[in-house]
Amino acid sequence: MSAFTGTGRLARLVLRRDRIKLGAWLLGTPLLGFALAGSVIEFYPDEAARLSYADTALTSVVARAFNGPIFNAELGSIVVAEAYLTLTLLAALVSTFAVVRHTRQNEETGRAELLGAAVVGRHALLTAPLLVVVGANAAAGLLLGLAFAAAGLPLAGSLAAGGAVGGVGVAFTAVTAVAAQLTVTSRGANALAAATVGVAFLLRAAGDVLGERDGLQLVSAWPSWLSPLGWGNQVRAFGAERWWVLGLPVVLLVGATLAAFGLARRRDLGAGLLSDRRGPARAAAGLLSPSGLLWRLHRGSLVGWSVAVAILGISMGFAADEVNDVIAENPAAAELIAAMGGGVDDLVDAFLAAMLGVFALAIGAYVVQALLRTRADESGGVLEAVLATAVGRVRWLTTQVVGAVLGAAVLVSLAGLATGLGYGLAAGDPGRWALRLGGAGLLQLPALLVVAGLVTALLGLVPRWSVSLSWAVLIGFLLLGQLGAVLDLPQAVLNLSPYTHVPAVPAVEATVPPLVLLTAVAGALLTAGLAGFRRRDVPS
Amino acid sequence: MPAIAVDGLVKSFGAVRALDGLNLRVEAGEVHGFLGPNGSGKSTTIRVLLGLLRGDAGKVRLLDGDPWHDAVALHRRLAYVPGDVNLWPNLSGGEAIDLFGALRGGLDQRRRDELLERFDLDPTKKCRAYSKGNRQKVAIVAAFASDVELYVLDEPTSGLDPLMEAVFQDEVRRLTGNGATVLLSSHVLAEVEALCDRVSIIRAGRTVESGSLSELRHLARTTVTVDTARPLTGVAELPGVHEVRAVDGRVRLEVEPEHLDALLAHLIRFEVRALVSAPPTLEELFLRHYDGADDGRAAVADSGAERAR
Repeated sequence: MSAFTGTGRLARLVLRRDRIKLGAWLLGTPLLGFALAGSVIEFYPDEAARLSYADTALTSVVARAFNGPIFNAELGSIVVAEAYLTLTLLAALVSTFAVVRHTRQNEETGRAELLGAAVVGRHALLTAPLLVVVGANAAAGLLLGLAFAAAGLPLAGSLAAGGAVGGVGVAFTAVTAVAAQLTVTSRGANALAAATVGVAFLLRAAGDVLGERDGLQLVSAWPSWLSPLGWGNQVRAFGAERWWVLGLPVVLLVGATLAAFGLARRRDLGAGLLSDRRGPARAAAGLLSPSGLLWRLHRGSLVGWSVAVAILGISMGFAADEVNDVIAENPAAAELIAAMGGGVDDLVDAFLAAMLGVFALAIGAYVVQALLRTRADESGGVLEAVLATAVGRVRWLTTQVVGAVLGAAVLVSLAGLATGLGYGLAAGDPGRWALRLGGAGLLQLPALLVVAGLVTALLGLVPRWSVSLSWAVLIGFLLLGQLGAVLDLPQAVLNLSPYTHVPAVPAVEATVPPLVLLTAVAGALLTAGLAGFRRRDVPS
Repeated sequence: MPAIAVDGLVKSFGAVRALDGLNLRVEAGEVHGFLGPNGSGKSTTIRVLLGLLRGDAGKVRLLDGDPWHDAVALHRRLAYVPGDVNLWPNLSGGEAIDLFGALRGGLDQRRRDELLERFDLDPTKKCRAYSKGNRQKVAIVAAFASDVELYVLDEPTSGLDPLMEAVFQDEVRRLTGNGATVLLSSHVLAEVEALCDRVSIIRAGRTVESGSLSELRHLARTTVTVDTARPLTGVAELPGVHEVRAVDGRVRLEVEPEHLDALLAHLIRFEVRALVSAPPTLEELFLRHYDGADDGRAAVADSGAERAR
């Protein structure tokens, strides 16, 4: 029996388990690429518009940091600049989660032990998911390239751009193969790999911000070359393509796979190199209540969200200052922003209000995942043990709701404060702007209360469907917010989303009635959810 | 006043009847064994007793209260060890014990430390690092360190080694020595025989047998093996005697306890050289109810309990 016996069969198992997740991504990547390319082609019809885009992309610090370098003023370069971050982050995260799901998570749940006891070679359990995920990235890259070409971009550049995105996925597949050997938990492996993605982003951003402008071309500084996210840019798709750069992810893959095999040989099944720290023998007094436990279980996630919201907020604030410059040069963009904000005069205010709305939508995801923990506790069995103590059901669920809403309040005000601070630092008067936007952020809270109410109602009334329906509803709100205006949907449909009713401060004056209405709806949903939770079987 | 009184309890999950008129009576101060095959409805019954599930019909009283309506007040007076112990992976074992104790309304710190020592449990390990047996110990320590009237234990020792099993039995005796009541659902029949004053055996959601072990034995036949100098005749015709067989030159038979006396009077005429009389073991009592017939029903109840999980 070789170390790879059974790899083929295990790879088929991976494909069978992930056919929906990987399938959706394989389909979604080219569709998204096609749509983005189409809109760029429509938006920059002539040379002048493209030159003005290239000039902004090369001058603006924010554009360099988020969109990366460009190498000429061709349509393809603009498409890459606009689409690269979204597509590569998607590829990196899909690959990371897939590799962890079939390696460390299998060990954590004991599935790997069961598989390893069958006729399966030592390295087959790691090789099978790597083969599948690398294959999926190759396929996604190829499909993306064909989609760009189908949208009307040059074929060679299209394939290079597709390969660049697929290469980023392959690079993070390699990183995760090692991360999964180091930590004991799948959560830990995912966090480690996601942190690597974050560091890679910062390195690439730093390299491109520090890069030298040479005509219409940006020559990135050395930090970009340390980042797998930077490699994709350095392929220079739609410029003078450097195909050899596509070899870098492959080299990383080979090296990381060998390293992972080496680590796997040196450790026991289920163990990691970064072992679990020990905990206290006695609980601190602060832990000993439902709210104490809630804080303990959610504080890590809340801190992570806070850091992300603060960094993004400050960046968005800086970006808002550039809105004025962009508009001066590009009347089409001015029209677009005005449409998003509902035709107001001050475009910066409209932009800031739109950003706060986007933050509130994202923070809706925090509320949903925080509250759905109750469902996970119920399926896992720990909720039963808790409700067999002297903690009543209403008290338990109320604590969860209050915790999620307080977390959301912290995050929306932080989003406002950070955005205001960033804008103030660029445009002057940071203190006043931070306070002004912090307050505006807090006005989003009633919409988040409605989200919390909806999830609570689903938990109480249709527990088995609560997880899928909660996420479906939030995605529905996101689509209404993002596509509603573009698709020209009737106001009655847009009104279904609580986010529609939040006044777009600072673009318009705050008004009280919609906020009261949202709070009342949230109250009704919460009451229904608590009543249902009190009446139903646990577990059910 | 009994600690637990269940009368005609019915609980359905969709079309499946998990409990079908179950009766259970646990007297204050006793250790009551709750026996039944997998999926017979033991855990469902316990969840109804804890007010987690609501019964469809029947009467349920727990510590003279209604387990559904008075759940919080009753839970201050009881401690529960679930069959499948799940904990928060990133809390240490010690933290989980203290948390359960605090949520229940208090923990005897001296008892807690003593129990940790006796069960040889390291409280500084994270819960995710514990084996099944050690997670069970966490739940047992948290429950036994609480000073309450009733302990509800759902297969608490399925992951413990024999040494820990002995410690567990010691600790249960100590609880009842202090006047507490224990409901012990278990598959370990030796444990039930060692600890329980009375047992209830359920099958497919119904109680099929209930009483003290000696009462149950009294209802069942005693096995007698006898060796006589002269050939034994006429035993099969005696009242209450069954399954007469010759084994290795001896005669083995089963007799109903009330006819034992008449049997002995008959045997003595054949010059008894050796005689062994064995009352039924709990295992025999238990298996008697599950051998052979009527498996369709049990299978249905099985899937019901699976879904209830």
